[in-house]
Amino acid sequence: MSIRMDRVARPEIAVAERQLTMAEAVREALAQEMRRDPRVFILGEDVAEAGTPFKVLSGLVKEFGTDRVMDTPISEAGFTGIGVGAAMTGMRPVVDIMFGDFLFLALDQIANQAAKVHYMSGGKLKVPMVIRTTLGATRRSAAQHSQSLHALVSHIPGLKVALPSTPYDAKGLMKTAIRDDNPVVIFEDKLSYTLKGIVPEDDYLIPFGQADVKRVGDDITLVATSSMVYVALAAAELLAQQGISAEVIDPRTTVPLDVKTMVDSAIKTGHVIVIDEGYQSYGVTAEIASVITDGAFYNLDAPVKRLGAMDVPVPFSPALEDLTVPTAEKVAELAINLCRKRS
Amino acid sequence: MYLKMLRIRIFEEQVNDLYRSAKMPGLAHLYIGEEAVAVGVCSALRDDDYITSTHRGHGHCLAKGADVGRMFAELVGKEAGYCRGKGGSMHIADQEKGNLGANAIVGGSMGIATGAALSAKRRGTDQVAVCFFGEGALGQGILYECMNMAALWKLPVIYVCENNLYNEYTHYLETTAGDIALRPAGFGIPFHEANGQDVLEVFKTTEALVERARQGQGPAFVMCRTYRQHGHHVGDVDRAYYRPKEEERQWAEERDPLTILAQSLIAEGVAEAVTFDRMEEEVRTQIQEGVKFALEAPYPTPDEVTMHVYSNG
Repeated sequence: MSIRMDRVARPEIAVAERQLTMAEAVREALAQEMRRDPRVFILGEDVAEAGTPFKVLSGLVKEFGTDRVMDTPISEAGFTGIGVGAAMTGMRPVVDIMFGDFLFLALDQIANQAAKVHYMSGGKLKVPMVIRTTLGATRRSAAQHSQSLHALVSHIPGLKVALPSTPYDAKGLMKTAIRDDNPVVIFEDKLSYTLKGIVPEDDYLIPFGQADVKRVGDDITLVATSSMVYVALAAAELLAQQGISAEVIDPRTTVPLDVKTMVDSAIKTGHVIVIDEGYQSYGVTAEIASVITDGAFYNLDAPVKRLGAMDVPVPFSPALEDLTVPTAEKVAELAINLCRKRS
Repeated sequence: MYLKMLRIRIFEEQVNDLYRSAKMPGLAHLYIGEEAVAVGVCSALRDDDYITSTHRGHGHCLAKGADVGRMFAELVGKEAGYCRGKGGSMHIADQEKGNLGANAIVGGSMGIATGAALSAKRRGTDQVAVCFFGEGALGQGILYECMNMAALWKLPVIYVCENNLYNEYTHYLETTAGDIALRPAGFGIPFHEANGQDVLEVFKTTEALVERARQGQGPAFVMCRTYRQHGHHVGDVDRAYYRPKEEERQWAEERDPLTILAQSLIAEGVAEAVTFDRMEEEVRTQIQEGVKFALEAPYPTPDEVTMHVYSNG
């Protein structure tokens, strides 16, 4: 994973020196919000002393105690439902679903309960709950610990969905999620937890529905989510060597989706590839490609192309698993094809 | 308590009429025959205590203090309804009275009730949450997940199982192995049984357990044996293939919760038959007014369809 370096240019915060890993950024967001608001608490499997298998929450239980960092039994449906009930009655739970794949166990509580309570009650009840979970393959964890299931929840009205790609975004989006009055599902890329980036210590929020241009370019737009932002940035480097200038846009939230930033970029460049680690069919790439096509059709020089994960259960063998996710080389090859066709 | 049960009875008879005269869209699951459970349990609760309800939830809503007119308005999809017409029969919620909502997923509200109890404990109130569910929900795994956590964390939640004998169209003995009492007992949760046709027995059983929960002594489980006098839903009229007519007759004529309470009050000399007639007249007028209000109320306007998908947005 040598391509997963933090190459994100953030000129507006270039003065800040402090670097945190993605895991530390998430932890700082939670700690700050828990200090600010006594209603915020965490519940999930191995969140307290263990601090999760990825050590994202390490140390929080020391500061906040087991009443606010609660270890649960291995009962995803049960504790997610308990989170919904607590949220409906004045608390602001952060429910920890260890692996994104386990969302399936809690889906009735997420999709039939949390997502619909506000609407079904005619706006009277609210569910200010965050569900923290993970996505991403290539950890050799096989088919039930490697999926990227953000399309699944993005499909359900009533849920918001955030996908931070950098430590800076991870902190700002988590704080926004906790303060939001709606259920928010946040997916963190397991392989990005050790990634470092600039993160200011102060209290800042990143509004939902605001994409971030991670690299400015003129010839092609690469829309990339979460882990795929680094694939797109690496592809942009390869393309630069070929004289192709790529713009990399990270939507940061799939719901709400910042259509305008993506469409404006597509109008400027005329070429678009959408890259996402979810299964390609019926997924996030399809939705994004469709809204960009709608908004920029007459300015496009080629169809909007998509690169998602292969439509196969994620295989264990490294020799096979690496084939299933988009790589910088694949993105660059497709981009060169698209851009050269015209000229 | 009699008045409350009567209100539910006549409300439900009216729902049946509305449905049959095509004035009410969708589905309705009548609570007739089970009134003593909702009224007995909710009479042991304060306004700020929570309940979660089921698809057969009209009785719970009314027993927790909901207004008849706004309920009818919800059932016919009007903006004046409890959920602005967007929830309907199976999703009525009444936050002001602590009703966190009916639920159309069997077992769907186990987590919500248990979470409300956790919330009450964290916020340092002495509120109690009651989770109503039918015996059909005994088949849902989330019940056991939630009971486990409620016991571990000593949460103020009462699981009230309304055993009306039928999981939709199937007798519960065909779907339920072993002894139900041992299920909560396995988690160290006290199990109590009450005659669900006797409102005073339900009330007394619940009252003690609510008090116990309020004092921080944790969850309890109450099973009320009761009977659904009508079908699973209003359209379920040919029922002989899953339950005998004689059984229906016995429960309706010999074990009706309103008759049982009225007879005991008359026998004790607390009330006379004429008192009940007067009450019925009063409730019928109230129900008619509620129906009139609902039928005359306006439907939500089209812009309502996208409202409340998200809070503040």
